[in-house]
Amino acid sequence: MSRWRIARLVAGKDLRIERRSRVLTNQVLPFAGVTMVMFAFALDASNVLERVAPGLIWLATLFSMLVLVQRSFAIESDDGALDALRVAGVDPVAIYWGKSIALAVQLAALEIVLLIAAVLLYGAEVPLGGIVLLATTLVTATCGLACVGTLYGGLTAGFTGRETLLPLLVLPVVAPVLIGATRAVESALGTDGVALSEGWPWIGLLAVFAVAFGAGGALAFGPLIEEAT
Amino acid sequence: MTAATTPTTAPVEPALRVRSSGTMATRTLGIATIVTMGWLVAFGLGFSPADRDQRDAVRILYMHVPTAWLAYLAFVVTAVSSAMYLFGKKHSLGFDRVAGASAEIGVVFMALTLVTGMLWGKLTWGVYWQWDARLTTTALLFVSYIGYLAVRGLGGTHDQRAKRSAVIGLLAVIEIPLVHFSVRMWRSLHQEASVLDSDGDVDMDGLMLFSLFVGVVAFTLLYVWLLLHRSRVIAMEDLLDDQGLDRALDQRRAEFL
Amino acid sequence: MSGGIVAMQDAGYIFGSYALTFAVIAAFTWRVIRGGRRLANHIDDNDKYWT
Repeated sequence: MSRWRIARLVAGKDLRIERRSRVLTNQVLPFAGVTMVMFAFALDASNVLERVAPGLIWLATLFSMLVLVQRSFAIESDDGALDALRVAGVDPVAIYWGKSIALAVQLAALEIVLLIAAVLLYGAEVPLGGIVLLATTLVTATCGLACVGTLYGGLTAGFTGRETLLPLLVLPVVAPVLIGATRAVESALGTDGVALSEGWPWIGLLAVFAVAFGAGGALAFGPLIEEAT
Repeated sequence: MTAATTPTTAPVEPALRVRSSGTMATRTLGIATIVTMGWLVAFGLGFSPADRDQRDAVRILYMHVPTAWLAYLAFVVTAVSSAMYLFGKKHSLGFDRVAGASAEIGVVFMALTLVTGMLWGKLTWGVYWQWDARLTTTALLFVSYIGYLAVRGLGGTHDQRAKRSAVIGLLAVIEIPLVHFSVRMWRSLHQEASVLDSDGDVDMDGLMLFSLFVGVVAFTLLYVWLLLHRSRVIAMEDLLDDQGLDRALDQRRAEFL
Repeated sequence: MSGGIVAMQDAGYIFGSYALTFAVIAAFTWRVIRGGRRLANHIDDNDKYWT
């Protein structure tokens, strides 16, 4: 089987588990939603909320991503599924790609919901001209986040204390995504009168991030899960 | 001598004459470190002149710059020895210990760098913190290496620890340029929010440069000293760990039989 | 800025940074040395690669 086919199978498996268990829809999305409401409580004035809406979308995404990553590897390590895959000689790079794709799909769904929440709750507006930039930002940022999340999720999988360690490891690494994606969405939504053209350089940053960590993760994932217990 | 006069009392553990992680070489190095540190204080607080713009606040830089230099040196050593471990044929744990020891030293001195930098910033800029690229990258780097040390403490065998932490140590090489670049791009948008009236770079005259040079030498010596000792201590910790495991296994086996 | 150390401006910050740096170095160094002494008593000399 080719690497790509295995990756698709792994991704399909993860998404199927997700569809049946409904953790994303029943737990993670409500969590993200309540985070958005909490932001509103903390930042009170509605004109402030509209200005900081792009940043809040990505902050809520990052926090929810930590939950998703935990979940993504809990289903593997709980019944030794990762060990079984490894013993069966499944290409680790394919596992990495597969799990990244599954995570990316879930993150994308999450981001769209959060964006809608921002429009409804914070009064953010999506101008027609910004839709291409917005979609590109979502795709590139999601790829980067999924690559990093899967990599560090695999690193901490199967160890006690991973729940507390994962945020400490992941958040500093994804800081560029938070900065880049927030600025790009700001210019896509025209927040504070930021011009549309100012958003595109940030796409470059997000793309470089996704490629760098995608490549690094694919190289590192094999040695990492070989060691996982 | 005592053994000659009272031959009946043999030492319980004969091979225990080395009672520390020190050697003649590290002792010499330690003395050299203390001497250059003394020079550094003398030059930093005494001989070197106050700066025209920053006045006496510039003296903090004789602590701040060498600690920053040491911290970055330590993290480079961590990355290099992580690579040596991961790509070396033998996967020698010695490199892993050097990487771990170096990261510990780096975290301690990065904390010092941040604090002394804040004190200097308060005097020069009027605020403790500036969201500029250098500071922000340093802060994120600090947090990242705290995470690295936490990963080292996760448990498992020494080889597992070595492999996991080596991967993290190398990922930092991808991470740091991206963080630095993104923060720089971000801050270039917000120049008007900046409160600094000088960018903090000083035109240093001869004596100031020399003081800084003394500081860098002193802290490099300190780093080498600390690295040697700390990696020896980690080696002993690992060894005791293994021995403890063997002993526990023996006990279990004895109970079982 | 003549007048020596006593008349130094913002002496608290400056001496504070020196004192803090050396205090942290001393504490770290002490910890490392003490750890070395403690462990060295439990380990055979042949295993101490630096001897």
